[in-house]
Amino acid sequence: MELAPSSSSAAPPPALAAPKRRAYGDWLYALALVTGACFAFLRYGQAMDGYDAAILVLHVPILAALGRAWRPFRPFLAIVAVLALAGIWLYQGDPARAEQTFFLKYLISSQAAIAWMSALFFIATGAYWLGLAVRSDFAERTGSALAWAASVMGATGLFVRWYESYLLGPDVGHIPISNLYEVFVLFSLITALLYLFYEGRYGTRKLGAFVLLTVSIAVAFLLWYAFTREAYQIQPLVPALQSYWMKVHVPANFVGYGGFALAAMAGAAYLLVSRGVLAGRLPAPKVLEDVMYKAIAIGFAFFTIATILGALWAAEAWGSYWSWDPKETWALIVWLNYAVWLHMRLTRGLRGAMLAWWALGGLLVTTFAFLGVNMFLSGLHSYGSL
Amino acid sequence: MQQGARARVPAVQALLELLSSMRFAISLLTVLAIASIIGTVVQQNEPANAYLNQFGQFWEPVFARMGLYSVYGAGWFVAILAFLVLSTMLCIIRQAAPMLREMRGFHEHAREISLRLFAHYASLVPTLPPEARRSAVTDYLAGTGFRFRIDERADGALIAARQGSAGRIGYFFAHAAIVLICAGGLLDGDLPLALHMYFGGKAPTSGNRPVADIPASARLGPDNWSYRGNVYIPEGGSADFAVLNIDDGVLLQSLPFEVALKRFHIDHYETGMPRRFASDLVLTDAESGQRFERTLEVNKPLTYRGVTLFQSGFDDGGSLLRFTVRDLAPGAHPPYPFSGEVGARIPLETLGYAYTLEITGFRPINVENMAASAPGGGFESFFGFGGGANAQGGKKPRNLGPSYTFKLRDAAGQAREFTNYMLPVEIDGRWYLYSGVRASQMEPFSYLRIPLDGEAGVDAWFAIRQLFFDPARRAALAARFAARNLDGDDGALRARLEEAAGHTLILFADGGFAAISEFIEKSIPEAERERSGAAFLQIIQGLTWDAWMMVREQAGQAALEPGEAHAPFVRDALIALADSGRYGAPFYLQLNAYEQRQATILQATRSPGKPLVYSGALLLALGVFGMLYIRERRLFVLLKNNETLVAMSSNRKTIDLDETFARHRDALAAALGDAAVKH
Ligand code: HEM
Repeated sequence: MELAPSSSSAAPPPALAAPKRRAYGDWLYALALVTGACFAFLRYGQAMDGYDAAILVLHVPILAALGRAWRPFRPFLAIVAVLALAGIWLYQGDPARAEQTFFLKYLISSQAAIAWMSALFFIATGAYWLGLAVRSDFAERTGSALAWAASVMGATGLFVRWYESYLLGPDVGHIPISNLYEVFVLFSLITALLYLFYEGRYGTRKLGAFVLLTVSIAVAFLLWYAFTREAYQIQPLVPALQSYWMKVHVPANFVGYGGFALAAMAGAAYLLVSRGVLAGRLPAPKVLEDVMYKAIAIGFAFFTIATILGALWAAEAWGSYWSWDPKETWALIVWLNYAVWLHMRLTRGLRGAMLAWWALGGLLVTTFAFLGVNMFLSGLHSYGSL
Repeated sequence: MQQGARARVPAVQALLELLSSMRFAISLLTVLAIASIIGTVVQQNEPANAYLNQFGQFWEPVFARMGLYSVYGAGWFVAILAFLVLSTMLCIIRQAAPMLREMRGFHEHAREISLRLFAHYASLVPTLPPEARRSAVTDYLAGTGFRFRIDERADGALIAARQGSAGRIGYFFAHAAIVLICAGGLLDGDLPLALHMYFGGKAPTSGNRPVADIPASARLGPDNWSYRGNVYIPEGGSADFAVLNIDDGVLLQSLPFEVALKRFHIDHYETGMPRRFASDLVLTDAESGQRFERTLEVNKPLTYRGVTLFQSGFDDGGSLLRFTVRDLAPGAHPPYPFSGEVGARIPLETLGYAYTLEITGFRPINVENMAASAPGGGFESFFGFGGGANAQGGKKPRNLGPSYTFKLRDAAGQAREFTNYMLPVEIDGRWYLYSGVRASQMEPFSYLRIPLDGEAGVDAWFAIRQLFFDPARRAALAARFAARNLDGDDGALRARLEEAAGHTLILFADGGFAAISEFIEKSIPEAERERSGAAFLQIIQGLTWDAWMMVREQAGQAALEPGEAHAPFVRDALIALADSGRYGAPFYLQLNAYEQRQATILQATRSPGKPLVYSGALLLALGVFGMLYIRERRLFVLLKNNETLVAMSSNRKTIDLDETFARHRDALAAALGDAAVKH
């Protein structure tokens, strides 16, 4: 219980005003989701097994809840759906059309869309920094719009890529989250979306410069990786990866990574502000502390789920739910690290700057678990053998 | 009372308090995280001599004592986990009573003065009479999901409400989950087997012997309820035991059924990458004799009688290989047939070689991704836009065909390892037969590349080699060389050239190019060495050409015109001749035909802790979401004659509390028709 007296004045944030009209939108959106699911089922139902159908059905309430809790997600989803479907339609089952059709070649084939995403994220980062430097609301708004646009292109790119993989051969097709190139797109996308969610929640765009910076670094790595390793090629899946678990394990992991990246940037901003650097230009320490907590909470919750799913999958693929493989062990280390963070926050004397440093250090640990393990340590996750 | 308890056993009390404290938990989790790193840096459970190589004489035993080669089973690591479990349990026990009280209680006796000290409170000026206000407040609270209790007071009434206390159950779920998961993990770890071995008098034995010779002390029965072992079954064979690898030895674990392998499948993608590994199995129950068939695949395990079988790998199951032996000794017998099974050890004394042949492996398919020679690096293809599907064209997989590995062990026990390809491989329009050789597992293979003559295939090179290194035919070769180069010239010069050629052949047979350069260094003045080296090279190339022509003549093939077109073959043949001096085998083993037999490697496990771990995982997920996303809120409305006091608290400090409070305050103000909000 809080007993310290403090000011209790707080205007209700715009998001909490609940007009009647909202109900209409909710229903319309839900209807669109149901229609979409029905369409997908009618069109592709014969190719689905029981799991596929169940997952399709589950998507309706999940996306409905997401759209209810976060309204801008609806237009986002709608535009991504239209673009992805347009991409699929333009292909007409022929991979060669990626080079022949103007819209595919320059806009919405997976590679074009991902290239657009990369470019838009870079420009968005620039806009946010400009906004920070000259205190321009307009620049920040532009940054926000560009970050949305980049996310749309990233999501479209992934969906179209999913379809493209099936064009290579029905047995090759798989969800595009199976190699480093694809998961970097996923990471950029999820981190940006998480940030945009909190941007709306807290009604401030001032953290954008920091968060989009990490996204840009991720995108830069993505491009480097794509150019030097030709990693953008769609490769078929090794048998160990052919599992339903992958479809939930990997995205859940990346919500975790995204949350931790966001928290680290909030932590960095907190440290600067509490030293008086950029103090007027960044959100107040109280807000930053809150963003940090929320981001770590969501990251930790999803990372917990992801690790559990990973264990279930490992039990099926390798015969043991936990083998202390380096990737697993580092996931545990990341998880313990944020468990420590959450407990520190509940302990007097360990809050404030200490928490911010810990969140910032946490990003190093997370990055190592994400990349370093693949680069420096070997194990089952390297799929070197069966 | 508290005081008294403390006085009785101060030390125990203090210890319990320390163990269940948040700071201790924080330190413990941090220590656990750091300790976990070790096992990811030091490769775990390698053979002992690998560590000796890596860390050296001094450190290897030190690290071994610290348990660094099997960190996650080491005593100190398990002790950290035990402390975590202890600390969490104590923490749950200590928190239980106050938490349950909090979950059930409403704090309806809170005093007005303390409500006024809340971070979130507001004072409203009432317009309605107290009774009307009371029903408006209770309606509002019921409508917004609060449960409440009313405390009548002398100067009015306090309505104490709460919401979201279920989140606190999350605390019990998540923390109890840690205990469950650790307990389950313990049951599935190394400890049960260690205890079973200790109390059952079992000990691992050396794995290098037939199954029938494994003593009873290394055999485990059905009473062992926690294990993980490998089951190796060749096609057409069967097994009713699993092999557990313990330290450097093995234990045999009997299974409650017999598994037979009908066939093992590897399906491939078009790129040659494996797409599916599957074993067609027949299981026979040991007790009932019931039989059934199942196909096991990666990611599709099978559980029967408490034992789960997984597709874990594959191997050769004793394929029959038919070879041609090409003796490399000059003037030896012509090629002859020979055959053996993968896995066999065949003494070669009867064939006249002081070696044992160990055929160690066979692979029918070797797919390599060869970079396409077409230009266009990553950059252009990436920004050439287009879909990922098109980018596939960049690499062309190709099948190099079957390969086989074997070792030749000499009388002293030293072995050289060979890996040969059955079929010639094309490189830049020329064909070669590849054979890799190495003296130890630590080295990479170095390859002997035997060029193919367009007409005679590999025979040409082997014949050239026989001729080149045969002292009996050396003179003839040298004479032919001298005659071709100094045709019709004066005899003395030709004799000198012939002598030089003969000498070169002897040097080359002795030690390849190295012997020639050594000779030059020793006996030629420095100023002339370069010129002399070039001359030697010319001679040896010329000799190769002549040897080739002699071989063709003997085989009844037409002589060729000397010229650039044939230079590559001569160069490749010469390099192979030089390399073959270091080949280290008395013969070349060439594969002609094979009958493949595969084997599957299954993993058999019994993990009694799994239900505990899985239920723990479920509790953990529920608990974490509960703790982080069910917000406990307490709302207090104090109705006094001339004032309505609204105050709010929560067990977690977040900014939404500000918003939530403002929303409730304003909604209450509206519901009560209160004129103004005073702070
Ligand atoms: C791997 C081990 C652990 C994990 C994953 C874990 C997880 C958590 C989480 C997620 C929270 C909620 C934090 C929040 O709401 O911000 C929490 C709270 C808490 N944890 Fe742990 N914990 C662990 C070990 C421990 C241990 C060993 C102790 C005791 C010494 C402990 C004591 C507590 C307490 C007292 C709370 C506050 C509960 C409340 O006030 O609602 N935890 N824990």
